[in-house]
Formats: sequence, structure tokens, C-alpha cells
Amino acid sequence: MGAILGYPIYSLVRISLERYGLSELVQHRGVYIGLHNFGLVLHDSVFWHTLLRTVVFAVANVALTMVIGTLIALLLVRVSTGVRLLVTAGLVLVWSMPPVVAVQVWNWMTNVQNGVLDYVLTELHVGNFFQHNWYTSTFSELAMVTTLIVWGALPFVVITVYAALSQVPRELIEAAEIDGARSWRVFLDVTMPVIMPVLLILTSLSILWDFGVFTQPYLLIGQPHITTGNYLMGIYLFEEGYVRANFGLGAAISILMLAIVAAMSVVYVRRMLRIGEVT
Amino acid sequence: MSGRTARRGGWNAVGIAVFVVSVFPVFWMISTAFKTDDQINSLTPTWIPTHPTLQHFRDALAKPYFWTDVKNSLIVVAVTVSIAMVLAFLAAVALSKYRFTGRKLFIVLVIGIQMLPGAGLIIPLYIVLARYHEVNTLTGVILVYLTGVLPFSVWTLRGFILGIPKDLEEAAMVDGSTRFGAFARILLPLVAPGLVATSVFAFITSWNEYIFARILLNDGSKQTITVWLSYFLGTSRETDWGALMAASTLTAIPVVIFFLLIQRRIAFGLTAGAVRG
Repeated sequence: MGAILGYPIYSLVRISLERYGLSELVQHRGVYIGLHNFGLVLHDSVFWHTLLRTVVFAVANVALTMVIGTLIALLLVRVSTGVRLLVTAGLVLVWSMPPVVAVQVWNWMTNVQNGVLDYVLTELHVGNFFQHNWYTSTFSELAMVTTLIVWGALPFVVITVYAALSQVPRELIEAAEIDGARSWRVFLDVTMPVIMPVLLILTSLSILWDFGVFTQPYLLIGQPHITTGNYLMGIYLFEEGYVRANFGLGAAISILMLAIVAAMSVVYVRRMLRIGEVT
Repeated sequence: MSGRTARRGGWNAVGIAVFVVSVFPVFWMISTAFKTDDQINSLTPTWIPTHPTLQHFRDALAKPYFWTDVKNSLIVVAVTVSIAMVLAFLAAVALSKYRFTGRKLFIVLVIGIQMLPGAGLIIPLYIVLARYHEVNTLTGVILVYLTGVLPFSVWTLRGFILGIPKDLEEAAMVDGSTRFGAFARILLPLVAPGLVATSVFAFITSWNEYIFARILLNDGSKQTITVWLSYFLGTSRETDWGALMAASTLTAIPVVIFFLLIQRRIAFGLTAGAVRG
């Protein structure tokens, strides 16, 4: 077990310290060059731009997922049983969509010729989106990726937060209401403390997932349209390391990315470890 | 009271709106798969296919490598799930029943690996598999999926095993059962739901996986169904949206079925792992 889990990490560190290109791939051995790959990456402005873009992207995705997810969970507490079952069933259906399938559906819904998104937005008088091309600017491209990711991530968040909400003692809320507390005060002072641990775990999980995301942006933006100008971290290391067969450099990028992710997930891991110790 | 009913009605309306918006993409995929080409290419969308056709499904199935790649996916998934379950079960038992040095490190490793974005590991796994000539083989992909699926399976199964009272197993041994007998007759049946839940989770994860299959498998005849689907758009300007949506629907069906089977378990497993450990 330890070998299965530890070996990839060990190899990753080793390759990051080596010149490892196509010829090394054929000979199955790299040439040790110390920290040269890290120097190259850290002196490359593409790395820093990609990092910044990925952070902004991940923060936006996580914030949208968590806020919308919590709102829908709160809504589920207030609707009648029938509607709640309907919404839950719909969310489970969404949850079960494979990411590649979801990407293809998004491609179809946002295609230039007759995307249904264009039609709906135009009909709702949001603006004239007739044959609008959603993939002309990095912002617009990543916004589309965001809708796809948030849509796919919501079910897990909603269902988990809803489960946490049902732990909030009903009497406590009623008591607060009788005392004349406004509903948002009840939410902040009674509900929030109870669901806070779950929200924390979900947020750190979402940060990890969204920071390292690959499939959705890579396939939705489309391989031919991937440029250094719309790189996200996962795509950056895929293009620089794998596609250009510069594996040493790719490994260095991976380590930097994993280090950032690890730093961000400290909260989560520590929490899980505390639980592991108790039992 | 009527104010309260009215408010409930308002929330219900919002709830139904949430439902409509969230399932729309799935509905649109299925609906498109059954529409005629005229309806698909029209500028005004047809919501419900009035003259449903199976032509797009026929077109999708007739594309090169569809069945081969479905078969590849099934092989990869079946092997991954069976090996993962055996190994994960043993590891989970060891983790929950016995104290051993390095237990804490092991748990950190399990959680850590589970948290790492897959993209961060494509380089080392690719290089290592190339060294052992397992690039472009299903074996290589299976090995990679095992590293991905094992940590989660161990973690979840451990939660299930911890839920079993230790007295139960001890009682069986006092009654003259061997350690293995106690294991087979007491532990196994009680963990069975956990095994089902984790194995289906492993099924879904490996069926849906894209990036590793994409970098490890180059031949059309060796690929998995997600890679096949991702290449569907190709480079031609004229996209056969009907066939694409039919193929997408077919790819999603196994997952949807299994997901419906274990949906409660997954939410439970994740929260159980988190809250109760």
C-alpha cells in the first residue's frame, strides 16, 4: 500500500530534478540537473500569470458553488416534501453526469450556430445573444467553464449542507424567532455555528478540486484554442510537461502546484487527522 | 396562517425553478438525441422531440471503435473495482482493528493522495509506466486507477468497519469461531453494504476518468469510452450534434443507474468519513 501511494510522489520529485525529455524517455533515465527546472519555471512569467489566473478562477468557482449551494440547501428546508424530493432527485441526476458528457452537452448548448443558451437569454431579454460566440475571450471562456463546474459541483454541496442543516435543533430556531430575532440573525447566530464545520470541509475540498481542474476547461475551451493566455494550472503542466515532452519541467510545475494545494488543504487534513485520532 | 402558506408556495415555486434549471442540460441532451436533424439545426429550438428517431443512436454506434472502447472501459472498471475492493478491505481492517507504527502516517498519506489533483501526477505516472512498457496498455491505466481509487475506498470502508461493535466479533470467537470464521461470518456481512457502496464509487470514478486515459492510451482501439467521446467533435466544422448527444446519453447511462443505486450511501459515506470517522 505504502509503495503504491508513495512511489509516484518519489518519482515526481526525482524527475523534477532531472532533464527528462523524449530521448530520456526512450532510455528510461533522466540526467540530474539539480533545481534547474524550478529556476526555469519560477522565472517564467507564464507561470505567475497562470497561478494568478488559477487562483482567481478557483476562488470564483468555490465562492459561487458554496454560496449558491448553501442557498439551495436553505431553500430545501423551506419547501414542501414533494418539491424537496423533486429537487433532490434532479440534483442526484446532475451529480451522476460524467464530466466529459457534461462538457459535450455544454458544447452543444453554447455552440455558435444555434446554442440554446443564446436563444433563452435572448428570449428573456437579457440582451441579443443571437449566434453569440462564447469562446472569443479568456474571460468568457472561463466563465463558461465556471458555469459547467459550478453546475456539476452543486449537488454534492447542496445535499451535504442540507444534511448538516437537519442537525440544527428546531426548538433553538423557534426560540430565537419568538425572542423576535430577524431571520438573517437566526441564520448567523443559530444555524451557521452548527453547519460551519461542514461548510469548512466543503470549501477546502472545493478549493482543491477547482485549483487542479483539467477535464472541463481543457475540453470545453478545446485543445486547439488552448494558449498561454488562457492556461489554468492543470492545463499548463499538461501542455508544458506532457505535450511538449519536457517531463522534468512538468514535474517541477506539478510539485509547485501540489505544494500550493497542500498548503491550502492543511485545514482539511488537520481536521481529518483529529477525527482519525479520536477513533 | 395564510401568509405562511403563501410564503411556502413562493418557496415551492423557487424550488421548482431550481429543479428546472439544474436538470435542463440533462433533459436537453436526451431530448436532442431523439430529435430529427431539422429540429436540431433549426434556429428556434424544439423542446420535446415530436417525431422521435433512433437514427442518432445508430449513427453513434456505427462510429469506429465505439464498442471496442466500451469494452475497454468495462475491462478497466471491472478489474480496478475487484482488485481495489480486496486490497482496500484488508487495509481498512488493518487500519481500524490493529494499532501499528506508522498508522498516523498512513492516514495522512491516504487523505493526502486523495486530495491531490490528478493532473499533478500525470508526469510521474506516465514516466514510470513508460519505463515498464505499460503505456498504451489497459494494465497501465488499471494501475493508475488503483492508486486513485484505493485511498478513498480504504477511508470509506474504515468508516463502515468502525461502525461494527468489537464485542460482536469477540463474542463469535468466544463461541469457538476461529479468527477467520469470525471474519467471514460476522465482519463480512456487516461490511457488505460498505463494500457495495465503495465498489460502485470505484466503478463511477474509473468509468468517468479522463485525463490519465487520455495521456496513457494512444490507439483508438485501446481507448476508454470517455476518451472516445472527447474526440467526437473532431476538427470538422459540421458537428453531428444528434449523434454526439446520443453517444453522450449512452456514456452516462451506466453511471446514472449505479448512482441511483447508491446515492444515499455516497452522501452517507462521505459525511460518515468526515463526521464520525
